[in-house]
Amino acid sequence: MAEANLTISKELAEKIRAHGAETYPHECCGALLGKDSDPREILGLFPLVNRRDDSPRNRFSVTSQDVLDADKAARQQGLDVVGWYHSHPDHPARPSQYDRDHAWPWYSYIIVSVAEGKPQDMTSWRLNDDREAFSPEGIDIQQNATV
Amino acid sequence: MPVKVIIPTPLRVFAAKHDSAEFPAESVGEALSKLTTEFGELRKHLYTEDGKLRSFVNVYVNDEDIRYLGKEETPVKDGDVVSIVPSIAGGLS
Repeated sequence: MAEANLTISKELAEKIRAHGAETYPHECCGALLGKDSDPREILGLFPLVNRRDDSPRNRFSVTSQDVLDADKAARQQGLDVVGWYHSHPDHPARPSQYDRDHAWPWYSYIIVSVAEGKPQDMTSWRLNDDREAFSPEGIDIQQNATV
Repeated sequence: MPVKVIIPTPLRVFAAKHDSAEFPAESVGEALSKLTTEFGELRKHLYTEDGKLRSFVNVYVNDEDIRYLGKEETPVKDGDVVSIVPSIAGGLS
């Protein structure tokens, strides 16, 4: 399978990184709103509250109502929820087994690493259709996007 | 009029790109069984290997979460809408 790619404006990429820094040492999370074109375009964000009160430093979850709210926000902008982002505090921006166990196919999963409160690498992944692994997804950060 | 099952966006690629499908069914489990029989690729994303609905798969009948009804044995009638809604979770470990 060819490597999929997505585009995002520098502004939105910085917002994801800032969200990760803001919630550090807890994980942040939110929805990626955009269009499933080729390449997939991220055109908006829908930041969410991490509902994992019991272990927010190494886990995140959102409720089905959060998912419905994100879907509604996307539709109002003529967009779709095309993925999700979250942070890995003091941990590499690579998906964990736990990420894979809970992932859906098709969605883009952006992970930002946050080390000692400062955002570091940002990566994106898609679950393979057989659920056995994630494939990396290239992120094209647009410097002069008008979004 | 059969039961309508709403297929969430990430799973439509496994359902010939349909956003919904209709089946005659008397329970949620029967509707989902018919869905995954017609679109076999959906099964591994909705069910674990031992045949249980995955924990991050939420199912609603109309606007009611089946966890608070009769789970998969929740009865459905013609015209009901069964929605599959993702929960999203993850984390570094």
